[in-house]
Amino acid sequence: MSGRPAYVIGVDVGGTFTDVFFLDEASGRCGVAKVPSTRPDQSLGFMEGIRLGVDDFADIATVVHGTTVGTNALLERKGARTGIITTQGFRDALEMRRRDRPRTWGLWGQFEPVVPRDLRLEVTERTLADGTLRTEIDPEDVKDRARGLIEAGAESLCVVFINAYANPENERKALEAVRSVWPNDHIVASSDILPEIREFERTSTATLNAYLQPPVGTYLQRLEEALKDGGFDGQVLIVQSNGGVMSVETARRRPIRTALSGPAAGVIASAHIAKSAGFPNVITCDMGGTSFDVSLVAGGESALAAQTAIDFGMVVRMPMIEITTIGAGGGSIAWVDRGGLLQIGPESAGSDPGPVCYGLGNDRPTVTDANLVLGRINAEKPIGGKLERLDVEAARQAIAAGVGEALNLDVMGAAEAIIRVANSRMAGAIRLVSIERGHNPADFAAMPFGGGGALHAGALIKEVGLKSALVPRYPGVTSALGCTIADMRHDFVQTVNGLLDELDLAALNSRMAELAEEGHAMLNRAAVRFGGSDIVFALDMSYLGQTHTVDVTLPAHDKPGAHAVTRAQITEAFEARYKEVYGRPLEGIRVRVLNLRVSVIGRRPKFDLKLLAPDSETSGDEALIGRRRVWVDGAWRDAAIYERLRMPVGKVVPGPAILEQPDTTIFIEPDLEGRTDEFGNLVIARKGG
Amino acid sequence: MIDPVTLAVLKGRLEQIADEMDATLFRSAFNPIIAEAHDASHGLYDANSGATLVQGKSGLPVFVGAMAFAVKAVIDKAQADGNLAPGDVYIFNDPYDGGTHLSDFKLVRPYFRNGEVFCYLASVGHWHDVGGNVPGNYNPVATESFQEGMLIPPVKLFEKGALRQDIVDILRANSRLPGSLYGDLSGQINALELGDKRLSELLDDYGDAVVREAFRELQARAARLMRANIEELPDGTYSCEDWLDNDGILDAPLKIALDLTISGDTMTLDFSRSSPACAGPVNIARSTAVASVYVAIKHLFTDVPANAGVLDPVSIVIPDATLLSVSAPKPVGGYTETILRVIDVIFGAMAKAAPDRSNGCAYGTINALSLAGHRKDGRRWVMFSFFGGGHGGHPEGDGLNHGNAPISTATIPPVEILEAAYPVFFTQWALRPDSGGPGRHRGGLGAIYEIELLEEHAEVFLFGERGRYAPSGVVGGGKAALNKFFYEQADGFHEPPMASKMVGIRIARGQRLRLETPGGGGYGDARTRDPGAVLRDVQLGYVTREAAARDYGVSVTEAGALDPAVAEDGRKVPES
Repeated sequence: MSGRPAYVIGVDVGGTFTDVFFLDEASGRCGVAKVPSTRPDQSLGFMEGIRLGVDDFADIATVVHGTTVGTNALLERKGARTGIITTQGFRDALEMRRRDRPRTWGLWGQFEPVVPRDLRLEVTERTLADGTLRTEIDPEDVKDRARGLIEAGAESLCVVFINAYANPENERKALEAVRSVWPNDHIVASSDILPEIREFERTSTATLNAYLQPPVGTYLQRLEEALKDGGFDGQVLIVQSNGGVMSVETARRRPIRTALSGPAAGVIASAHIAKSAGFPNVITCDMGGTSFDVSLVAGGESALAAQTAIDFGMVVRMPMIEITTIGAGGGSIAWVDRGGLLQIGPESAGSDPGPVCYGLGNDRPTVTDANLVLGRINAEKPIGGKLERLDVEAARQAIAAGVGEALNLDVMGAAEAIIRVANSRMAGAIRLVSIERGHNPADFAAMPFGGGGALHAGALIKEVGLKSALVPRYPGVTSALGCTIADMRHDFVQTVNGLLDELDLAALNSRMAELAEEGHAMLNRAAVRFGGSDIVFALDMSYLGQTHTVDVTLPAHDKPGAHAVTRAQITEAFEARYKEVYGRPLEGIRVRVLNLRVSVIGRRPKFDLKLLAPDSETSGDEALIGRRRVWVDGAWRDAAIYERLRMPVGKVVPGPAILEQPDTTIFIEPDLEGRTDEFGNLVIARKGG
Repeated sequence: MIDPVTLAVLKGRLEQIADEMDATLFRSAFNPIIAEAHDASHGLYDANSGATLVQGKSGLPVFVGAMAFAVKAVIDKAQADGNLAPGDVYIFNDPYDGGTHLSDFKLVRPYFRNGEVFCYLASVGHWHDVGGNVPGNYNPVATESFQEGMLIPPVKLFEKGALRQDIVDILRANSRLPGSLYGDLSGQINALELGDKRLSELLDDYGDAVVREAFRELQARAARLMRANIEELPDGTYSCEDWLDNDGILDAPLKIALDLTISGDTMTLDFSRSSPACAGPVNIARSTAVASVYVAIKHLFTDVPANAGVLDPVSIVIPDATLLSVSAPKPVGGYTETILRVIDVIFGAMAKAAPDRSNGCAYGTINALSLAGHRKDGRRWVMFSFFGGGHGGHPEGDGLNHGNAPISTATIPPVEILEAAYPVFFTQWALRPDSGGPGRHRGGLGAIYEIELLEEHAEVFLFGERGRYAPSGVVGGGKAALNKFFYEQADGFHEPPMASKMVGIRIARGQRLRLETPGGGGYGDARTRDPGAVLRDVQLGYVTREAAARDYGVSVTEAGALDPAVAEDGRKVPES
């Protein structure tokens, strides 16, 4: 017993703040820190945040990191100068996309691929759809192209050949040839990244990976060095877009997996907090300055999307936490269109200049301005700590001028209208991920995290018919907390593309075993302590003739090596899944298996969230810090104001009430009540419900 | 009167119902034209007039206008029969009443509330094959609709909730791909059931009177918004003409002419000077023409909502004798080509009225290409797809390379999916240099697709346009490249005599087809384009050195730099 602390540290670097969550596994104590994010080098803020909570870096066992370095490089087109070597006749696949356009209406779209046309070169080679090699590659030809790209300044390279999913031989030979001349290891073959049918999606995913390898690799290296220089001798893990973590080594080779690293950590934490609190089904709501992001967690598992477009034409086909975004954040501008209809967003004042009440130059009313005018936000204590106070009068004037006049409403009526329409847009996003996917909203709770969501959570319960809302104790550091508990996860895909009744089952079963083994090997290499591991096998299947598939999870196996499935099991699983998705299976049509998917998950130990619970044994009276009037349903109401973090377990607060804490404000509507649970979460539900 | 806030809330809820119906069909459809190309649409329609109340955002744009006519046709039929009951669903594909062409099957379901029709729900989808002389139904030499496919008038598919299997049997018996037909039909039925359920939930939440009032008010506001848009345009009459290559039967051009008159807050589109009805399948029904006007307006004024109110301040003049207003049995299978031209002349005329609102024409042809044959084991195969091209240059920049047609949001199937499904392989899938119309903002590039046959034999059918009349630029921008099609025979490559239309050409193993599609028209005078941008276009291979010199007056050296021998910026000053 040395008595030395053993820290697991979660670090989430966001656009404005870097949040750090400290868990000392030796003492069971935890803490949080918030420092401004640093750009362009995020590692500076990262180190500063850790130093706030840890004296000796030798005490840190694990650092888990949610990063936006990859996301930003994609959105701002600041990845490496990348080249492509591809099949003769197909160098434009990346630029031609799937022949789409950015918006349904209006033909003014534009698209610039991350690799310009003069850095996309072709070689003579061809594989047919059945895997037959029609034309072998000439390695000298490939080296020649590679040298040309180096000369043109390319730092990284993607090799992508048509039908490589069916037979990767030519790609592998080409990669080998490239390796002999390329000056670094920023080179990938598409079949290593994504051996899945559909050339544009594979090209885009693999190319974006190559595009991110230099910047993400450099960043991670800098980070590891800085930690080591500080005396750190533990393990660094990176959060992936699928909600699992990976080693730094994997992240360097597969940086595309970090595309949604930051938001994924928040969803993972929400799932864990909610499940612990007895809410296996939640819809997470992250309200920022310009957008409102929702994600569904059902049965404790977060929903994953097979494919995500980071921007128009920037498609990443990899399982990622499914996040639905609408342009309705705190800074979204409220305006009346020429037909006289009140609209919220998509234009936003963001955080700079921000809402009118910030006094930084915006004069068009925003959602935050409406919340302020209605008394739901404290003008004297703005969250984030950047501003001294908020200008209520300016917000009132902007709402009167921008919305009130056109709708013939007074200031208060107009402010309430803005909130109602904003709430209805957020409700639409929640319906999209729940009702439209066949879930009953009455089984779900809304879980706001980030700064703004808790003001609207109550209204969303009523608007969508949700059971309740669950506000975590520290909404502002949810993502950092999520880092510390995320499991390690590796996803694999392999296109099969055959009819079920003709499928070579032995080959399928052995492929399943191989991928499972590869996943386990990756878990072992990472040298992380796991509480156990799981393997999930799934097939993308359809009836012959359909182009969209359903994901069919195969019967579970707990032992590696024991994965053999029978045709009958596959058929049964498919019909059950098809019925679930579309109502009824179809008779007499043959069934096709498109892809095999394997996920290998190493379960990391979860800490007891009761550590976060309030430690006072008080009545909660001292948490009541004042009263102020709040406008609800057309009238001023007297509302109690509480200091949220001083609320004891079990304390019930009837609405109307407002709970304040440094990183968020919670509004409890008159017909709702809030109860602090044993973990320090606030559960908002209908009175007497 | 409904308060404006409830109205804004209801608008979102109603749109979500239509969107969810779209999504259900896209996911469960069997044929790629619906599943991948989204050639389908759903919405809610007025109980008496059939006017569009709400339309999904993800469906095919042209249906937004066309479906109102389809629902009206069912309303008239039901009234004549006098036996409309809850649980009924009508089905039909008559293009003269319901718009578009025979491939589009419309399902229309009355929504009853307290014993009365509250509104109609409708679903339309493009089926893979509905009989006729040509697999996939793009028959460029049809002279009567009987050669294009089966024609089903409005009949009940469901009677008081019971499916009429005899109707399903008739439909299946008339298709080359009955399995695909059955799958798509099931998807449409499911979408309507879902819409019914969602609408009931909404009415229970808000009450019938409030929702009815919202329908009325949303139309009124759409009209108001459209009037405000028109009012900003300068009064006057602006004309534009464009041409179709031919009708597939007689090789003579067909004129689409528009005289657009703006007067205060109203607008008249007069198509009277257009060619008379023709023998071949590029005629359209009046309902289709109105629908295409709607599509153009939505592209130009993106803020107007998808309901009938938009056309309130718009008058459309189409005399019965023109090819834009035909009746049975005139062939209409190639309606897509004609409505693309209608949209082009609207863009052209609008560019004269308001240069900063319009854009160069897009590639203007869907190039419906089908290859059909039999495999060694005797199974029939039909590969059918539409191909892409460039979008026009516009006030904000160059046109999009390889986009989809303005009438659709269709995506193209991947090469690998096509090669896995059919005995073909592609030797090229690339951008086409010099295909974008020159302009200060260049038109986007079209594409080159080259396909080689792997089976013994196949028959080839093509229905395209723009082989003789290229997509126009606006505000001084130049024309894009023409559409080109080549097919290989033992003696080499040939071009079809009717430019881009052809039936039943037989090709053999190893022979190739090559399609080169147009780009978009340019925007603004090419001689005012930044020479640096022209140089970049040459370096990327979007524009050849020859075209840079000819169209832009910019001389680029062989080494890929602006030619200092000509001028500092490589651009020769025009001789005065």
